[in-house]
Amino acid sequence: MAEFLQFFFSGLTVGSVYALVALGFTLIYNASDVINFAQGEFVMLGGMLTVFLAQAGIPLPIAAFVAVAITTAVGFALYRFAVEPARDATAVSLIMITIGASIFLRGLAQVIFDKRFHSLPPLFGPEPLHIGGAAILPQSLVVLGGATTVVMLLWLFIDRTLLGKAVIATAVNRLAALLVGIDTRRIVGLSFAVSAAIGAIAGVLVTPITLTSYDVGTLLALKGFAAAMLGGIGSAVGAVVGGLVLGMLEAFSAGYVSSKYKDAVAFIVLLAALLAMPRGLFGRGKVERV
Amino acid sequence: MNVRALMAQRYVGLTVIAAIVVFLPFFFPSAYYYRVAALVLIFALAATGLNLLMGFAGQVSLGHAGFLGIGAYSVAIGATYFAAPPLLCILAGAALSGLVAFGVGRPILRLKGHYLAVATLGFGVLVTIVLTNEAAWTGGPDGMAVPRLVLFARPVRGADAWYWIAAASFLIGATVAQNLSDSPTGRALKAIQDSEVASSMLGIDVSRQKLAAFVISAVFVSVAGSYLSLFNGHITPDISGFFRSIELVTMVVLGGMGSIVGPFVGAAVVVVLPQTLTVLHEYEDMVLGLILMGLMIFLRQGIVPSLAATLAGRRT
Repeated sequence: MAEFLQFFFSGLTVGSVYALVALGFTLIYNASDVINFAQGEFVMLGGMLTVFLAQAGIPLPIAAFVAVAITTAVGFALYRFAVEPARDATAVSLIMITIGASIFLRGLAQVIFDKRFHSLPPLFGPEPLHIGGAAILPQSLVVLGGATTVVMLLWLFIDRTLLGKAVIATAVNRLAALLVGIDTRRIVGLSFAVSAAIGAIAGVLVTPITLTSYDVGTLLALKGFAAAMLGGIGSAVGAVVGGLVLGMLEAFSAGYVSSKYKDAVAFIVLLAALLAMPRGLFGRGKVERV
Repeated sequence: MNVRALMAQRYVGLTVIAAIVVFLPFFFPSAYYYRVAALVLIFALAATGLNLLMGFAGQVSLGHAGFLGIGAYSVAIGATYFAAPPLLCILAGAALSGLVAFGVGRPILRLKGHYLAVATLGFGVLVTIVLTNEAAWTGGPDGMAVPRLVLFARPVRGADAWYWIAAASFLIGATVAQNLSDSPTGRALKAIQDSEVASSMLGIDVSRQKLAAFVISAVFVSVAGSYLSLFNGHITPDISGFFRSIELVTMVVLGGMGSIVGPFVGAAVVVVLPQTLTVLHEYEDMVLGLILMGLMIFLRQGIVPSLAATLAGRRT
């Protein structure tokens, strides 16, 4: 039982990071049909900027806030200078543009930061808590709490504000949204900015546990993408569930099967799930017009 | 336009490539140029294969480097553990890749768009994981040495010999692709790209044609993978990694999907660019990313179709 709890909590922690990355994918995809492969770089920027701002002597909370703000600006810039000019390009071309952006951001981080691994001090110290025989880092709870807060805030924003309703309208039908007076380009820009902010927050939260370096973004983007697809692309609930399921799968297969093949188990389950449900767990069917 | 003119037009692209490939070595000042050019041609062969799937059938694969890995390790393992001649290993690797593509392709080609992309991505990642973990056979993350290719009872040494082998193979591959694109299969694939529903109404067996394109493209990429391992003399599981898959896709998209010259141009850009950017040292990745973004923003149809459209526009 202690073992089970241990794996459960580690899966939950990793899973909530995947969930945040997947949520970023979903937001951007809904607003613009773009799969943004630079999503993992937002997580990297959040962590790395906080580390280096803190090293420069800025207090940690302010450093984290500034890091998230800068990453948000980077997200908006990505839309404004790379995606918007190519908005009528094909889906594959748009994916290639975001991959170019991810290579660029990784190269930039390599130049302005360095190539080493960095960590942040955990919020409540490094001593693990003992719950039911399992040792749990307090920072894991911080990650869980932070992720839950982000998801709640996002839900409140989407559900309770006029701007949020405009985001939904844009996702449902861009042309119709435009016709009722919604500035859809602003909404898409906003989605990129919010996605970047979510990614950066995930980066700040998880750096004390997993460390960060200039190249952590790629694997996170892959896992986040897989999680978003597992949940069904376009579904926010699906993104969160997909992320948590993927994190759990990894943790349990690493624990009970083989740590060598933990990534393999996650992808095998992903493939199996997609074959059983070709539109993911929460995806909606689409009618094709001829 | 009469039939002969049509035939001539059809092979213009191929003739131009053949001429470039044959005459280019006269301008090579050193063996290094042969080396880079041989790499370009090997990747052009792989990109030509992937283009059959992406450019003609319109199906995106983010995992084709998996077949690069199968081809590469077939040669390495076959020659090292079974003392099989490399040529036989290349064929065996191609057959294995075709079989794997057949097995994997049947279920996953039912997926569409981004779901297919993530499924193929998963396939590529799985191949890399197996190659990394089965260290007893593959040498693990450090990779393994590959014996030399023996042709006509003589070991192939030197980049110039490899240049001609790669050139011949690529030209054969491009010819096959060209002929395929004008065959009933090629036309069916293009119809599928335009509309799956409409083409199935016309009596095209959509899943069968997609599977055919997937298997053929896997065989092309596998042969290129075998060449890569023989050429380098050493391979690591990186060959089937996500970045290799992205590189292959970049070659196809950058050069121009659905054209025969496109994959060649795309492979040339993707292979040569990092070589020339090494002078920028730590700024290399930044500039590479910027160039990739710029090319995709301004030449969004790919280099070859965009240039062709510009030229055609000027002529009229």
